[in-house]
Amino acid sequence: MKPPPIAPEEVRRAQEKRLRDVWETPSGWRYWTSVNNTQVGVWYTATAFAFMLFAGVLALLMRTQLAVPDNDFLSADFFNQAFTLHGTVMMFLFAVPMFEAVAIYLLPPMLGARDLPFPRLSAFGFWSFLIGGAFVCGSIFFDAAPNAGWFMYPPLATDKQYSGIGADIWLLGLSFIEVASIAAAVELIVGTMKCRAPGMRVNMMPLFAWYLLIVAGMILFAFPPLIAGDLLFELERMFDWPFFDAARGGDPILWQHLFWIFGHPEVYIIFLPAIALMAMIVPTFAQRPIVGYSWIVLAAVGTGFLSFGLWVHHMFATGLPQISLAFFSAASEAVVIPTGVQIFVFIATLLAGRVIFGVPMLFGAGGLAIFIIGGLTGVMVALAPFDWQAHDTYFIVAHLHYVLIGGMLFPVVAGLYYFYPLVDGRKLSDRLGKIAFWLMFVGFNVAFFPMHLSGLRGMPRRVFTYPEGLGWDWLNLISTIGAYVFAAGFLVVVFDVLRPKSRQPALERNPWNAGTLEWINEPDENWGVRSIPLIESRYPAWDQQDLIRHTDEGRFYLPDAEEGRRETLVTSVLDAEPIYCMRVGGNAVSPIVAAFALGAVFIALTFEWWVATAVSAFVTLGAILFWAWTGTAEIPEKPGKDIGLGLTLPLYRSGPESVGWWAMFITMVGDGTAFGSLVFGYFFYWTIHEDFTAGTAGPGVLWPMAALACFVAAWLLMLAARGVNARGSAIGMRLAVGAALVLTAVGSLTGLYGPWVHGMDPTAHVYPAIVWVLVAWTAVHGAVGIVMLLYCLARSFAGKLTTAHDIDIHNVVLFWHFLTVTAVTTFAVVGLFPLAL
Amino acid sequence: MRILPKEIETLWTLFTAPVVWALHFLVCYVGAAIYCAKQDAVDFGFGVVRAGIGAVTVAALAMIVLSAVLAWRQWGFGTYDPPHDDPTPHDRRRFQGFATLLLSGLSFIAVVYTAMAALMISGCFQ
Repeated sequence: MKPPPIAPEEVRRAQEKRLRDVWETPSGWRYWTSVNNTQVGVWYTATAFAFMLFAGVLALLMRTQLAVPDNDFLSADFFNQAFTLHGTVMMFLFAVPMFEAVAIYLLPPMLGARDLPFPRLSAFGFWSFLIGGAFVCGSIFFDAAPNAGWFMYPPLATDKQYSGIGADIWLLGLSFIEVASIAAAVELIVGTMKCRAPGMRVNMMPLFAWYLLIVAGMILFAFPPLIAGDLLFELERMFDWPFFDAARGGDPILWQHLFWIFGHPEVYIIFLPAIALMAMIVPTFAQRPIVGYSWIVLAAVGTGFLSFGLWVHHMFATGLPQISLAFFSAASEAVVIPTGVQIFVFIATLLAGRVIFGVPMLFGAGGLAIFIIGGLTGVMVALAPFDWQAHDTYFIVAHLHYVLIGGMLFPVVAGLYYFYPLVDGRKLSDRLGKIAFWLMFVGFNVAFFPMHLSGLRGMPRRVFTYPEGLGWDWLNLISTIGAYVFAAGFLVVVFDVLRPKSRQPALERNPWNAGTLEWINEPDENWGVRSIPLIESRYPAWDQQDLIRHTDEGRFYLPDAEEGRRETLVTSVLDAEPIYCMRVGGNAVSPIVAAFALGAVFIALTFEWWVATAVSAFVTLGAILFWAWTGTAEIPEKPGKDIGLGLTLPLYRSGPESVGWWAMFITMVGDGTAFGSLVFGYFFYWTIHEDFTAGTAGPGVLWPMAALACFVAAWLLMLAARGVNARGSAIGMRLAVGAALVLTAVGSLTGLYGPWVHGMDPTAHVYPAIVWVLVAWTAVHGAVGIVMLLYCLARSFAGKLTTAHDIDIHNVVLFWHFLTVTAVTTFAVVGLFPLAL
Repeated sequence: MRILPKEIETLWTLFTAPVVWALHFLVCYVGAAIYCAKQDAVDFGFGVVRAGIGAVTVAALAMIVLSAVLAWRQWGFGTYDPPHDDPTPHDRRRFQGFATLLLSGLSFIAVVYTAMAALMISGCFQ
């Protein structure tokens, strides 16, 4: 391609100044109001590492306690808190958030975007994570940490005598963090699908982006069942609704289902992003393109799907029918195929290239070796008969640490060494890196390999001590020594990151000679890329001649910020053709206020401070409305702008072309999954009982059907509202929206009236409880819908929602599609299903 | 008359075969679980469940094969070799076809794995 023309020197200087001003990082306390991916990504990563170190200290305490038999270094109760918090923090506050953090930092430069589409949402996610994480971790200093194991099985965890407030802290603190995860999923899916640099077709996307797209999709289907489970769990603990109480028709197994429908895909949600880092590192160190790009896509998509067919292999010992176990055993074996494909692709790439063995490769290769051992023991425990022997022993502890540390921690450290120059402009030390690697690699194996043996010799997991002479003594002592060696290795990494590097000379860009786009970023500029390049290769930095120079000279798209606004391009899903120029949110306080207020809601709920809960909820709503009003669906001062290279793009798009519509769609898919999990609960109770109503009254047919009719009518009115608005009638739109508002309110109240008028007591039996939950879920969504309608009316009266500028009404109608499905399902199930019995 | 439907331009076709696997898996698991929970209330044996699983397996495999054939066509019936990394809509389509074909293969195997459970196990055995 002929190089695009270059602007005169003084014009370029002026452009650079404007861009620099627009993207400038605020100083002083306002630094923390930054929403740019480079700041938020670094905070997020650092926080996740800090939580990891905290959980690592807990692990060392536990290993010290277990070093010798009959030890009394820790009390039994503290030991319970330590292992519960260790697992919880490592999974929820390190492994999952770490991938979100890395993705927020890396995805925009990899895709050639200036920022993710919703930077304020990223900031909101980070602050939520920080607050929720600090709350959960802090509990151990008050002897109030959760102590029932990281998967919180009832009836142990629903027993208030035993578990105290710890279980509430776990449930509410983590629900809050799950909100942040879903926010990240929205951000990453929309970013990957819609914000790629022009020309970056789906066959040219960096593999990291492919993996992230799949992982974000998995979050949408994996996290909501846990949120639904948390809701049921908290209703049982707070209000005595007997979802998991067998005496009143509940069943603890339902929690296990909901937890592991989340928990097993989560393992892959952790593993795939880490392996995605390897898919970026391996080609660079082999100095050639990946062998089998399509095979990696196969592996990512295939693993993403199959990982949802594995959850019951955590429940092999619960007495489910053997045919059920066999289905999950089969899927557990099938997932080995795509997992293996990735490893063979990496090996093939290394064989075909000229390998440079740097520190990132060392950690990567060492991690894969560990992971493969964990994978092989995984194949063993996926077989039900073997699992019955190994269940709840140290064999499982060994297996899961081999998988998680080999499949996540080592690749993440590899990524840290690899991407550090992108953040700081300097490399970490090769020598320290190698020392760290060997300490960690040897320490890890010394710590965890003996656990296979202690497990096979019958040592159960989670015991705080053991008598001598059972054949476990030496194995445990060796494990403890290994754990300290491993920790020492990690401390070397921490030291390497924290040591001052100002005397080290700054490197030139792309010090590893990588081929992918992120390396053309300038570490000392906040704007990402100086201009958004046109992509013609999977490895543009290798294949596109003078790409860095032309990009820096502002020869490509959006080289300027004439209007003083932060902007990036929105492109089409398949071929990345430019659609419109999007103005992204700048630095703001509203996400911080919203996160702190929402955090206060969850914390106040934990302590059952109802007034504080209500006040915080009100503040949250206010902050979100302010954020939406001032920062979304803004009407631009002109219809379009010249973005360079002779291309003029619109500044406003609504419906499926706009990123907001996609965000709503994705959020509602997650919401729908949570709802689906509650419906699953309803039918689950039906299967386990002869008569699951236990002879108690149902909500009848009349009121549920009346509610259903109201919701359907409201939906039709919303369709009409969107239609008449498009035809130019603001008054018609307002009337239709007003009528839909009234019908939704009536429908919600009517729905609640059914169980009310029939005297259904949710504490008496699980049947009334599950009916109340479904109906209340629908009514709450109706209330959220009413807020949206009031918002639309206000926007219309303020002139911000018009025929030409109709983002709001499109997005609200989309919400209404999902609301209608929710309402029809709820009322058909609670009203009609009892008749079919 | 056209035997194969017209080619469509979307990312979602990539996921056809894995979605079929997911639905097949769900139908088999939920069907068997409900039967095992309610077997006293119905008057047919586990053989019927196995036959049902056999039937949905045949249907699922047929759908996956159809998805594979469409993918094979999108790939250009194997005329072009990977890596399909040219910056053209043509190569993008080839890539999509090839990746879909691979996923159809994986899904086929995974469906067979699931069905094998019903082949081996002849009752609920709780």
